[in-house]
Amino acid sequence: MSRVLVGVKRVIDYAVKVRVKPDHSGVVTDGVKHSMNPFCEIAVEEAVKLKEKKLFKEVVAVSCGPAQATETIRTALAMGCDRGIHVEVTGKDYESLGPLQVSKIFAALAKKEEASLVILGKQAIDDDCNQTGQMTAALLDWPQGTFASEVEIEGDKVKVVREIDGGLETIKINMPAVVTADLRLNTPRYATLPNIMKAKKKKIANMKPADLGVDIVSRLEVLRVDEPPTRLAGVKVETVDDLVAKLKESGTI
Amino acid sequence: WLKLSFSSLAELPEMHQMMRQTCRDYADRELAPIAGKLDKEHLFPAQQVHELGSMGVMAVEVPEELGGAGMDYLAYALAVEEISRGCGSTGCVVSVNNSLYIGPILKFGTQEQKEQWITPFTTGEKVGCFALSEPGNGSDAGAASTSARQEGDEWVLNGTKAWITNSWDASAVVVFASTDKSLKHKGISAFLVPMPHPGLSLGKKEDKLGIRATSTANIILDDCRIPLGNMLGSPGAGFKIAMQTLDSGRIGIASQALGIAQAALDCAADYAHKRTAFGAPIGKLQAVQFKLADMAVAVESARLLTWKAAMLKDAKKPFTKEAAMAKLAASEAATFCSHQSIQVLGGMGYVTDMPAERHYRDARITEIYEGTSEIQRLVIAGQLLYRTQC
Repeated sequence: MSRVLVGVKRVIDYAVKVRVKPDHSGVVTDGVKHSMNPFCEIAVEEAVKLKEKKLFKEVVAVSCGPAQATETIRTALAMGCDRGIHVEVTGKDYESLGPLQVSKIFAALAKKEEASLVILGKQAIDDDCNQTGQMTAALLDWPQGTFASEVEIEGDKVKVVREIDGGLETIKINMPAVVTADLRLNTPRYATLPNIMKAKKKKIANMKPADLGVDIVSRLEVLRVDEPPTRLAGVKVETVDDLVAKLKESGTI
Repeated sequence: WLKLSFSSLAELPEMHQMMRQTCRDYADRELAPIAGKLDKEHLFPAQQVHELGSMGVMAVEVPEELGGAGMDYLAYALAVEEISRGCGSTGCVVSVNNSLYIGPILKFGTQEQKEQWITPFTTGEKVGCFALSEPGNGSDAGAASTSARQEGDEWVLNGTKAWITNSWDASAVVVFASTDKSLKHKGISAFLVPMPHPGLSLGKKEDKLGIRATSTANIILDDCRIPLGNMLGSPGAGFKIAMQTLDSGRIGIASQALGIAQAALDCAADYAHKRTAFGAPIGKLQAVQFKLADMAVAVESARLLTWKAAMLKDAKKPFTKEAAMAKLAASEAATFCSHQSIQVLGGMGYVTDMPAERHYRDARITEIYEGTSEIQRLVIAGQLLYRTQC
């Protein structure tokens, strides 16, 4: 009942206008502002709150990626995580890194670190996959509480209120478990200046996927990336009959 | 703390980047949305000051043992700029508390004075202020007529101080008064006075052009009695304390001006993307592009001057000339950028629906307080000529 693992992903900042590369192989990331995925911020906040309630002893922040991923880990440390793990993935491997490989890495780390709880953001705002939490739980054969808007530890179980299409669903799952954070779970704290200073002294361990016995070869190949089609202006009609006529005309009905 | 080199001017060290980001996030999410309201209703941002206090922003340079963030002056300059970019008034409150109130006590106070007068002012619950100017003298600080006489185990202060920022919201003030008028400026001493306090009263709140969320008023001292232990530094050191405090304070005000200038530039650049005229966004027009370019150069060059001054101070090197240059450049950049920003926005720049008019009004004070632009020029010239032995 001692350790929480939190995943943090470095993504293009939500406020940036994303542009497709001229060769359509992906989006432009060079020189573009990056920050911690907003759902990962919520995950970190929840983990730190649980530790502050003395329900866990240690929060470990993990990020997979190139050298710059340590900046994201450092932000997690400044929010209150105790130490970090940087799993180094660079170049073409990083470009093809997806939920399956990341879940394998998290599953391996969850076992290695003897984590009782793994908290992840529900999805990343760059790929919107919404898979890593679920895959990690499946690989570990652990229960999962996804789209969490409320998390409560009750002994060796976790009560999770999930945001689902029909409303809210409350489940109770045994630990060790995987939880993914949804928008309304909490409001992430601002990193305070003293905590930024303290974060400097906290350790970030560096390792490669091979050190964890994980094969990160991708089973997916991105063929092409395009901008969404430019949205065309609509047409206003006067009556319902006109509307039906227009829809028939365009072959929609 | 880490030793900064001039490569830091090109890319800030990680800790500084992180703290700049956290201040920017706070300013974007918590200050920018309410800045217009704070300005219109002349509201002191008490809750935000509390929150900034808990982040360590109200006492950036104060050592951790005294309750501060334990960072350096460059970090402080970055913090003030980001906060000011969200709200010019809040940036002013942060700057006055850090540089003008805490600054002199940190530098010249005894350990006991630091614990009593700094620690409670690090959390954002209490803010301080600085009283040097008088109705009869602003730039002519040496002519202070407020007096302090010793009576038994007390100092008794008499006089009026003018234009005191934070006065209506402060819990303490650093006051400069003459203990010996015959010594002229060498007879001025510094004192710590709690607020409220018998013998200390406040004049009416000034109705200002800008930074309206801050309170500015006279402080009237009428047989105001304080313990002897409330003198800050030694007798007659007041003028030196004031001048050194203002040297550092200039970097804070330069940072505030940079924040306002940047906000004005961002506002104009954003508008240039969206507003169309003659069939295209106005950002395509060279007239607009040239304005934006000139604004960007003004801000960036003032910023580098400000960072350099802060870094020299952190390296314990002389920084008087650079601080004056920074304040001069940044304040003139703020007024220039906010003026041009309104121009880019056209009619929209003249109405309160857009923040451009508030930036214009907020910017103006930066050329005046903590040493007018004219005083800055005297300081710079003095430093230059002294070095070339004219």
